[in-house]
Amino acid sequence: MSDERRLAGELVSEIERTMRRIGKPLKLMEVCGTHTVELRRTGIHSLLPQAISLVSGPGCPVCVTPAGYVDNALSLAESGQAVIATFGDMLKIPGTNGRALSSLSGRGLVKLVYSPTELVAIARVSALPVVFLAVGFETTIPTVVSALLEAKKAGASNLLLYTAFKTVTPALRFLLSSRDHGIDGFILPGHVSVVIGEKAYEFLAEADGRPGVITGFESLDMLLGILLLVRQIERGENRVENAYPRAVRADGNPRARAIMEENLVPRSDVWRGLGKIPDGALGLRPEWAGSDAEKRFELPEARDAEAPGCLCSRVIAGKAIPPECALFGRRCTPDDPVGPCMVSSEGTCAAYFRYSARR
Amino acid sequence: MCLATPMKIEKILEGKRAIVSQGNVSVQVDVSFLENPKPGDHVIVHAGFAIETLSLAEAEERIALFRRMAELTGDA
Repeated sequence: MSDERRLAGELVSEIERTMRRIGKPLKLMEVCGTHTVELRRTGIHSLLPQAISLVSGPGCPVCVTPAGYVDNALSLAESGQAVIATFGDMLKIPGTNGRALSSLSGRGLVKLVYSPTELVAIARVSALPVVFLAVGFETTIPTVVSALLEAKKAGASNLLLYTAFKTVTPALRFLLSSRDHGIDGFILPGHVSVVIGEKAYEFLAEADGRPGVITGFESLDMLLGILLLVRQIERGENRVENAYPRAVRADGNPRARAIMEENLVPRSDVWRGLGKIPDGALGLRPEWAGSDAEKRFELPEARDAEAPGCLCSRVIAGKAIPPECALFGRRCTPDDPVGPCMVSSEGTCAAYFRYSARR
Repeated sequence: MCLATPMKIEKILEGKRAIVSQGNVSVQVDVSFLENPKPGDHVIVHAGFAIETLSLAEAEERIALFRRMAELTGDA
Protein backbone atom coordinates (compact mmCIF):
# COMPACT_ATOMS: atom_id res chain seq x y z
CA MET A 1 0.00 0.00 0.00
CA SER A 2 1.37 3.42 -0.84
CA ASP A 3 2.35 5.78 1.92
CA GLU A 4 -0.39 8.17 0.90
CA ARG A 5 -3.12 5.51 1.02
CA ARG A 6 -1.93 4.32 4.40
CA LEU A 7 -1.90 7.87 5.78
CA ALA A 8 -5.35 8.50 4.32
CA GLY A 9 -6.60 5.36 6.05
CA GLU A 10 -5.13 6.49 9.36
CA LEU A 11 -6.69 9.92 9.04
CA VAL A 12 -10.10 8.36 8.28
CA SER A 13 -9.75 6.07 11.33
CA GLU A 14 -8.90 9.01 13.55
CA ILE A 15 -11.88 10.97 12.20
CA GLU A 16 -14.07 7.92 13.00
CA ARG A 17 -12.72 7.63 16.55
CA THR A 18 -13.25 11.35 17.14
CA MET A 19 -16.81 11.11 15.81
CA ARG A 20 -17.56 8.17 18.14
CA ARG A 21 -16.45 10.26 21.10
CA ILE A 22 -18.56 13.20 19.89
CA GLY A 23 -21.51 10.82 19.60
CA LYS A 24 -23.82 12.95 17.45
CA PRO A 25 -24.17 13.80 13.77
CA LEU A 26 -22.37 16.87 12.44
CA LYS A 27 -23.05 19.14 9.51
CA LEU A 28 -19.84 20.48 7.96
CA MET A 29 -19.99 23.05 5.20
CA GLU A 30 -17.41 23.03 2.43
CA VAL A 31 -17.54 26.68 1.49
CA CYS A 32 -15.60 26.40 -1.76
CA GLY A 33 -16.91 24.92 -5.02
CA THR A 34 -13.51 23.40 -5.76
CA HIS A 35 -13.76 21.46 -2.47
CA THR A 36 -17.28 20.34 -3.41
CA VAL A 37 -15.88 18.80 -6.56
CA GLU A 38 -12.62 17.43 -5.11
CA LEU A 39 -14.27 15.80 -2.07
CA ARG A 40 -16.53 13.87 -4.43
CA ARG A 41 -14.09 13.30 -7.30
CA THR A 42 -11.58 11.71 -4.93
CA GLY A 43 -14.31 9.71 -3.17
CA ILE A 44 -13.38 11.16 0.22
CA HIS A 45 -17.02 11.96 0.95
CA SER A 46 -17.77 8.23 0.80
CA LEU A 47 -14.95 7.35 3.23
CA LEU A 48 -16.24 9.60 5.99
CA PRO A 49 -18.46 8.32 8.83
CA GLN A 50 -22.20 8.49 8.04
CA ALA A 51 -22.58 10.88 10.98
CA ILE A 52 -20.75 13.58 9.03
CA SER A 53 -22.89 15.31 6.46
CA LEU A 54 -21.09 17.56 4.06
CA VAL A 55 -23.12 20.46 2.74
CA SER A 56 -21.96 22.85 0.07
CA GLY A 57 -21.78 26.54 0.69
CA PRO A 58 -22.00 29.66 -1.43
CA GLY A 59 -18.50 29.23 -2.90
CA CYS A 60 -19.30 28.68 -6.56
CA PRO A 61 -19.08 32.22 -7.97
CA VAL A 62 -21.15 31.54 -11.04
CA CYS A 63 -23.86 29.88 -8.93
CA VAL A 64 -24.30 32.90 -6.66
CA THR A 65 -24.49 35.39 -9.53
CA PRO A 66 -28.15 36.40 -9.95
CA ALA A 67 -29.95 35.53 -13.18
CA GLY A 68 -30.57 39.23 -13.93
CA TYR A 69 -26.83 39.68 -14.41
CA VAL A 70 -26.98 37.34 -17.41
CA ASP A 71 -29.97 39.31 -18.79
CA ASN A 72 -27.92 42.51 -18.63
CA ALA A 73 -24.94 40.89 -20.36
CA LEU A 74 -27.20 39.48 -23.10
CA SER A 75 -28.79 42.87 -23.74
CA LEU A 76 -25.38 44.58 -23.97
CA ALA A 77 -24.24 42.13 -26.63
CA GLU A 78 -27.49 41.93 -28.60
CA SER A 79 -27.99 45.68 -28.75
CA GLY A 80 -24.55 46.01 -30.32
CA GLN A 81 -23.27 48.21 -27.49
CA ALA A 82 -20.41 45.93 -26.50
CA VAL A 83 -18.60 42.66 -27.03
CA ILE A 84 -18.78 40.38 -23.99
CA ALA A 85 -15.64 38.64 -22.74
CA THR A 86 -16.09 35.89 -20.16
CA PHE A 87 -14.70 32.81 -18.49
CA GLY A 88 -16.30 29.65 -19.91
CA ASP A 89 -18.24 28.91 -16.73
CA MET A 90 -20.66 31.78 -17.37
CA LEU A 91 -21.63 30.73 -20.91
CA LYS A 92 -24.45 28.33 -20.09
CA ILE A 93 -25.87 30.08 -17.02
CA PRO A 94 -29.54 30.83 -17.77
CA GLY A 95 -30.92 34.34 -17.37
CA THR A 96 -34.37 35.05 -15.94
CA ASN A 97 -36.10 33.82 -19.11
CA GLY A 98 -33.92 30.73 -19.44
CA ARG A 99 -31.64 32.11 -22.15
CA ALA A 100 -27.86 31.94 -21.73
CA LEU A 101 -24.90 33.68 -23.40
CA SER A 102 -24.22 30.46 -25.31
CA SER A 103 -27.33 31.29 -27.39
CA LEU A 104 -25.23 34.03 -29.04
CA SER A 105 -22.45 31.69 -30.12
CA GLY A 106 -21.12 31.98 -33.65
CA ARG A 107 -22.03 35.67 -33.93
CA GLY A 108 -18.75 37.13 -32.65
CA LEU A 109 -20.52 38.82 -29.75
CA VAL A 110 -18.92 36.74 -26.99
CA LYS A 111 -15.19 36.14 -26.46
CA LEU A 112 -14.09 33.30 -24.22
CA VAL A 113 -10.98 33.82 -22.09
CA TYR A 114 -8.98 31.47 -19.91
CA SER A 115 -7.00 34.22 -18.21
CA PRO A 116 -7.65 37.93 -17.67
CA THR A 117 -4.19 38.49 -19.17
CA GLU A 118 -5.84 37.93 -22.59
CA LEU A 119 -8.16 40.91 -22.17
CA VAL A 120 -5.75 43.66 -23.17
CA ALA A 121 -5.08 42.08 -26.57
CA ILE A 122 -8.83 41.55 -27.16
CA ALA A 123 -9.65 45.16 -26.24
CA ARG A 124 -6.89 46.55 -28.47
CA VAL A 125 -8.33 45.14 -31.67
CA SER A 126 -12.02 45.52 -30.86
CA ALA A 127 -14.02 48.30 -32.52
CA LEU A 128 -16.67 48.00 -29.80
CA PRO A 129 -16.09 48.34 -26.05
CA VAL A 130 -15.17 44.97 -24.50
CA VAL A 131 -17.09 44.19 -21.32
CA PHE A 132 -15.55 41.48 -19.17
CA LEU A 133 -17.94 39.57 -16.93
CA ALA A 134 -15.95 40.05 -13.75
CA VAL A 135 -17.31 37.15 -11.72
CA GLY A 136 -15.29 35.60 -8.93
CA PHE A 137 -14.06 35.48 -5.36
CA GLU A 138 -10.84 36.81 -3.89
CA THR A 139 -8.69 34.23 -5.70
CA THR A 140 -9.74 35.64 -9.06
CA ILE A 141 -10.47 39.29 -8.24
CA PRO A 142 -6.84 40.55 -8.12
CA THR A 143 -6.07 38.90 -11.47
CA VAL A 144 -8.96 40.76 -13.12
CA VAL A 145 -8.08 44.11 -11.55
CA SER A 146 -4.48 43.58 -12.61
CA ALA A 147 -5.66 43.14 -16.22
CA LEU A 148 -7.65 46.38 -15.97
CA LEU A 149 -4.54 48.22 -14.75
CA GLU A 150 -2.52 46.71 -17.61
CA ALA A 151 -5.16 47.82 -20.11
CA LYS A 152 -5.00 51.36 -18.75
CA LYS A 153 -1.21 51.34 -19.01
CA ALA A 154 -1.44 50.09 -22.60
CA GLY A 155 -4.00 52.78 -23.51
CA ALA A 156 -6.73 50.18 -24.16
CA SER A 157 -9.47 52.31 -22.63
CA ASN A 158 -12.28 50.26 -24.19
CA LEU A 159 -11.88 47.43 -21.67
CA LEU A 160 -14.71 47.64 -19.13
CA LEU A 161 -15.64 45.43 -16.21
CA TYR A 162 -19.16 44.36 -15.29
CA THR A 163 -18.38 43.44 -11.71
CA ALA A 164 -20.03 40.62 -9.82
CA PHE A 165 -17.08 40.17 -7.46
CA LYS A 166 -18.05 38.43 -4.22
CA THR A 167 -16.20 38.16 -0.92
CA VAL A 168 -16.26 35.08 1.28
CA THR A 169 -16.14 36.34 4.87
CA PRO A 170 -19.30 38.52 4.69
CA ALA A 171 -21.13 35.48 3.30
CA LEU A 172 -19.98 33.34 6.25
CA ARG A 173 -21.08 36.03 8.70
CA PHE A 174 -24.41 36.18 6.90
CA LEU A 175 -24.90 32.40 7.11
CA LEU A 176 -24.01 32.45 10.81
CA SER A 177 -26.57 35.21 11.43
CA SER A 178 -29.38 32.92 10.28
CA ARG A 179 -30.92 31.19 13.32
CA ASP A 180 -31.48 27.82 11.72
CA HIS A 181 -28.18 27.39 9.86
CA GLY A 182 -27.36 24.17 11.71
CA ILE A 183 -23.71 24.31 10.61
CA ASP A 184 -21.20 22.76 13.04
CA GLY A 185 -18.03 23.81 11.24
CA PHE A 186 -16.55 25.23 8.06
CA ILE A 187 -14.04 23.65 5.68
CA LEU A 188 -12.56 26.99 4.60
CA PRO A 189 -11.46 27.71 1.02
CA GLY A 190 -7.74 27.20 0.44
CA HIS A 191 -7.15 29.49 -2.50
CA VAL A 192 -9.34 32.38 -1.40
CA SER A 193 -7.35 32.17 1.84
CA VAL A 194 -4.06 32.40 -0.08
CA VAL A 195 -5.15 35.95 -0.92
CA ILE A 196 -7.06 37.08 2.20
CA GLY A 197 -4.98 35.21 4.84
CA GLU A 198 -5.80 33.31 8.01
CA LYS A 199 -6.49 36.44 10.09
CA ALA A 200 -9.48 37.34 7.91
CA TYR A 201 -11.45 34.61 9.70
CA GLU A 202 -10.80 35.70 13.27
CA PHE A 203 -14.50 36.56 13.61
CA LEU A 204 -15.23 32.82 13.75
CA ALA A 205 -14.02 32.93 17.37
CA GLU A 206 -16.88 35.28 18.33
CA ALA A 207 -19.70 33.99 20.53
CA ASP A 208 -21.97 32.78 17.70
CA GLY A 209 -19.08 31.60 15.56
CA ARG A 210 -18.19 28.10 14.47
CA PRO A 211 -14.83 26.40 14.02
CA GLY A 212 -13.18 26.71 10.62
CA VAL A 213 -10.15 25.04 9.07
CA ILE A 214 -8.37 26.44 6.01
CA THR A 215 -7.96 23.38 3.83
CA GLY A 216 -5.93 22.47 0.75
CA PHE A 217 -7.20 20.40 -2.17
CA GLU A 218 -5.23 17.16 -2.18
CA SER A 219 -6.84 14.09 -0.60
CA LEU A 220 -4.63 14.18 2.49
CA ASP A 221 -5.12 17.95 2.84
CA MET A 222 -8.89 17.51 2.88
CA LEU A 223 -8.80 14.63 5.37
CA LEU A 224 -6.49 16.58 7.66
CA GLY A 225 -8.76 19.63 7.43
CA ILE A 226 -11.81 17.53 8.39
CA LEU A 227 -9.93 15.86 11.25
CA LEU A 228 -8.81 19.19 12.72
CA LEU A 229 -12.37 20.45 12.37
CA VAL A 230 -13.99 17.54 14.23
CA ARG A 231 -11.30 17.76 16.91
CA GLN A 232 -12.15 21.43 17.48
CA ILE A 233 -15.84 20.50 17.69
CA GLU A 234 -15.01 17.76 20.21
CA ARG A 235 -13.17 20.26 22.40
CA GLY A 236 -15.97 22.81 22.07
CA GLU A 237 -13.71 25.35 20.40
CA ASN A 238 -14.46 27.74 17.61
CA ARG A 239 -11.55 29.42 15.92
CA VAL A 240 -9.75 29.48 12.61
CA GLU A 241 -7.03 26.93 12.04
CA ASN A 242 -4.72 26.64 9.04
CA ALA A 243 -4.25 23.15 7.59
CA TYR A 244 -2.77 24.57 4.36
CA PRO A 245 0.22 26.54 5.68
CA ARG A 246 2.43 25.74 2.70
CA ALA A 247 0.28 28.16 0.71
CA VAL A 248 -1.63 30.32 3.20
CA ARG A 249 0.04 33.00 5.35
CA ALA A 250 -1.47 34.85 8.31
CA ASP A 251 -1.95 38.05 6.29
CA GLY A 252 -2.48 36.45 2.89
CA ASN A 253 -0.80 37.84 -0.20
CA PRO A 254 -0.10 41.55 0.50
CA ARG A 255 0.28 42.53 -3.16
CA ALA A 256 -2.94 40.87 -4.23
CA ARG A 257 -4.77 42.44 -1.28
CA ALA A 258 -3.35 45.88 -2.03
CA ILE A 259 -4.50 45.74 -5.64
CA MET A 260 -8.05 45.04 -4.42
CA GLU A 261 -8.02 47.69 -1.70
CA GLU A 262 -6.64 50.39 -3.98
CA ASN A 263 -9.15 49.87 -6.78
CA LEU A 264 -12.28 48.36 -5.31
CA VAL A 265 -14.80 49.25 -2.65
CA PRO A 266 -17.22 47.02 -0.71
CA ARG A 267 -20.88 47.14 -1.65
CA SER A 268 -24.00 45.13 -0.92
CA ASP A 269 -25.06 43.13 -3.97
CA VAL A 270 -27.62 40.40 -4.44
CA TRP A 271 -26.34 36.83 -4.10
CA ARG A 272 -28.49 34.21 -5.72
CA GLY A 273 -30.36 32.37 -3.02
CA LEU A 274 -29.10 34.53 -0.17
CA GLY A 275 -30.32 38.01 -1.12
CA LYS A 276 -28.36 41.16 -0.36
CA ILE A 277 -25.34 40.46 1.82
CA PRO A 278 -24.00 43.56 3.61
CA ASP A 279 -20.63 44.43 2.03
CA GLY A 280 -20.56 40.97 0.43
CA ALA A 281 -19.40 42.28 -2.94
CA LEU A 282 -16.70 44.52 -4.38
CA GLY A 283 -17.28 47.16 -7.03
CA LEU A 284 -14.90 49.53 -8.82
CA ARG A 285 -13.97 52.74 -7.03
CA PRO A 286 -15.56 55.94 -8.43
CA GLU A 287 -12.26 56.89 -10.12
CA TRP A 288 -12.83 53.90 -12.42
CA ALA A 289 -16.33 55.07 -13.51
CA GLY A 290 -15.22 55.17 -17.17
CA SER A 291 -14.29 51.48 -17.01
CA ASP A 292 -17.37 50.41 -15.06
CA ALA A 293 -19.88 48.82 -17.45
CA GLU A 294 -22.70 49.23 -14.97
CA LYS A 295 -22.23 53.02 -14.90
CA ARG A 296 -21.29 53.50 -18.53
CA PHE A 297 -24.32 51.59 -19.86
CA GLU A 298 -26.61 52.43 -16.92
CA LEU A 299 -27.39 48.77 -16.32
CA PRO A 300 -30.32 48.00 -13.99
CA GLU A 301 -29.59 46.20 -10.74
CA ALA A 302 -29.34 42.46 -11.40
CA ARG A 303 -32.38 40.80 -9.91
CA ASP A 304 -32.57 37.27 -8.62
CA ALA A 305 -34.96 34.76 -10.13
CA GLU A 306 -35.14 31.02 -10.08
CA ALA A 307 -36.59 28.57 -12.57
CA PRO A 308 -39.76 26.88 -11.22
CA GLY A 309 -38.90 23.90 -9.05
CA CYS A 310 -35.16 24.64 -8.95
CA LEU A 311 -33.65 24.32 -5.43
CA CYS A 312 -30.32 25.96 -6.27
CA SER A 313 -30.83 28.81 -3.82
CA ARG A 314 -31.40 26.38 -0.91
CA VAL A 315 -28.44 24.28 -2.00
CA ILE A 316 -26.19 27.36 -1.97
CA ALA A 317 -27.30 28.19 1.58
CA GLY A 318 -26.54 24.64 2.74
CA LYS A 319 -30.25 24.04 3.44
CA ALA A 320 -30.84 21.34 0.83
CA ILE A 321 -28.82 18.73 -1.01
CA PRO A 322 -29.31 18.08 -4.74
CA PRO A 323 -31.15 14.70 -4.47
CA GLU A 324 -33.90 16.53 -2.56
CA CYS A 325 -34.72 18.47 -5.74
CA ALA A 326 -37.41 16.91 -7.93
CA LEU A 327 -35.62 18.15 -11.07
CA PHE A 328 -32.22 16.70 -10.14
CA GLY A 329 -30.99 14.06 -12.60
CA ARG A 330 -34.36 13.99 -14.39
CA ARG A 331 -35.34 17.30 -15.93
CA CYS A 332 -32.00 18.85 -14.89
CA THR A 333 -28.66 17.34 -15.97
CA PRO A 334 -25.26 18.84 -16.96
CA ASP A 335 -26.24 18.44 -20.66
CA ASP A 336 -29.55 20.19 -20.19
CA PRO A 337 -29.29 22.19 -16.95
CA VAL A 338 -32.11 24.16 -15.35
CA GLY A 339 -30.20 26.05 -12.65
CA PRO A 340 -26.64 27.33 -12.20
CA CYS A 341 -25.73 24.66 -9.62
CA MET A 342 -25.96 22.12 -12.43
CA VAL A 343 -24.30 24.33 -15.06
CA SER A 344 -21.06 25.28 -13.41
CA SER A 345 -18.36 22.63 -13.26
CA GLU A 346 -18.06 23.60 -9.59
CA GLY A 347 -21.76 23.63 -8.94
CA THR A 348 -22.98 21.32 -6.19
CA CYS A 349 -25.58 19.62 -8.40
CA ALA A 350 -23.05 19.00 -11.17
CA ALA A 351 -20.63 17.46 -8.66
CA TYR A 352 -23.36 15.26 -7.16
CA PHE A 353 -24.53 14.21 -10.61
CA ARG A 354 -21.05 13.23 -11.78
CA TYR A 355 -19.97 11.43 -8.66
CA SER A 356 -23.23 10.34 -7.04
CA ALA A 357 -22.73 6.64 -7.82
CA ARG A 358 -20.16 6.53 -5.04
CA ARG A 359 -22.61 7.09 -2.24
CA MET B 1 -13.38 28.54 -10.33
CA CYS B 2 -10.82 28.85 -7.56
CA LEU B 3 -9.05 25.89 -9.04
CA ALA B 4 -5.29 26.48 -8.96
CA THR B 5 -2.34 24.30 -9.87
CA PRO B 6 1.06 23.97 -8.24
CA MET B 7 3.80 24.60 -10.83
CA LYS B 8 7.54 25.28 -10.86
CA ILE B 9 9.19 28.46 -12.18
CA GLU B 10 11.61 27.62 -14.99
CA LYS B 11 12.58 31.07 -16.17
CA ILE B 12 11.86 34.67 -15.26
CA LEU B 13 10.92 36.83 -18.26
CA GLU B 14 10.69 40.58 -18.66
CA GLY B 15 7.59 42.46 -17.57
CA LYS B 16 6.89 40.42 -14.44
CA ARG B 17 6.20 37.25 -16.36
CA ALA B 18 7.68 33.79 -16.06
CA ILE B 19 7.67 30.38 -17.68
CA VAL B 20 6.30 27.77 -15.27
CA SER B 21 5.97 24.04 -15.74
CA GLN B 22 4.37 20.92 -14.39
CA GLY B 23 5.39 17.62 -15.94
CA ASN B 24 5.64 18.18 -19.68
CA VAL B 25 3.42 21.23 -19.68
CA SER B 26 4.90 24.71 -19.59
CA VAL B 27 3.06 28.01 -19.77
CA GLN B 28 3.72 31.70 -19.37
CA VAL B 29 2.20 33.34 -16.32
CA ASP B 30 2.11 36.72 -14.59
CA VAL B 31 4.23 36.76 -11.42
CA SER B 32 3.56 40.33 -10.29
CA PHE B 33 1.86 39.18 -7.04
CA LEU B 34 5.01 37.41 -5.85
CA GLU B 35 7.61 39.02 -3.62
CA ASN B 36 10.81 37.74 -5.18
CA PRO B 37 10.11 35.03 -7.76
CA LYS B 38 13.07 32.97 -8.95
CA PRO B 39 13.67 29.83 -11.00
CA GLY B 40 13.08 26.67 -8.97
CA ASP B 41 10.32 28.22 -6.82
CA HIS B 42 7.09 26.24 -6.57
CA VAL B 43 4.08 28.49 -7.08
CA ILE B 44 0.29 28.18 -7.22
CA VAL B 45 -1.15 29.25 -10.57
CA HIS B 46 -4.71 30.50 -11.00
CA ALA B 47 -6.14 32.04 -14.19
CA GLY B 48 -2.72 32.81 -15.64
CA PHE B 49 -1.32 34.35 -12.46
CA ALA B 50 1.03 32.90 -9.85
CA ILE B 51 -0.85 33.82 -6.68
CA GLU B 52 1.63 32.54 -4.08
CA THR B 53 4.97 30.84 -3.58
CA LEU B 54 4.63 27.46 -1.87
CA SER B 55 6.73 27.04 1.23
CA LEU B 56 8.68 23.80 0.90
CA ALA B 57 9.52 23.88 4.58
CA GLU B 58 5.78 23.88 5.34
CA ALA B 59 5.19 21.12 2.80
CA GLU B 60 7.80 18.96 4.51
CA GLU B 61 6.29 19.88 7.85
CA ARG B 62 2.94 18.63 6.57
CA ILE B 63 4.43 15.28 5.63
CA ALA B 64 6.09 15.08 9.05
CA LEU B 65 2.74 15.91 10.65
CA PHE B 66 1.02 13.13 8.74
CA ARG B 67 3.73 10.70 9.80
CA ARG B 68 3.38 11.68 13.42
CA MET B 69 -0.35 11.27 13.11
CA ALA B 70 0.03 7.84 11.53
CA GLU B 71 2.37 6.78 14.33
CA LEU B 72 0.03 8.25 16.90
CA THR B 73 -3.03 6.45 15.62
CA GLY B 74 -1.37 3.39 14.08
CA ASP B 75 -1.24 1.54 17.39
CA ALA B 76 -4.59 2.73 18.74
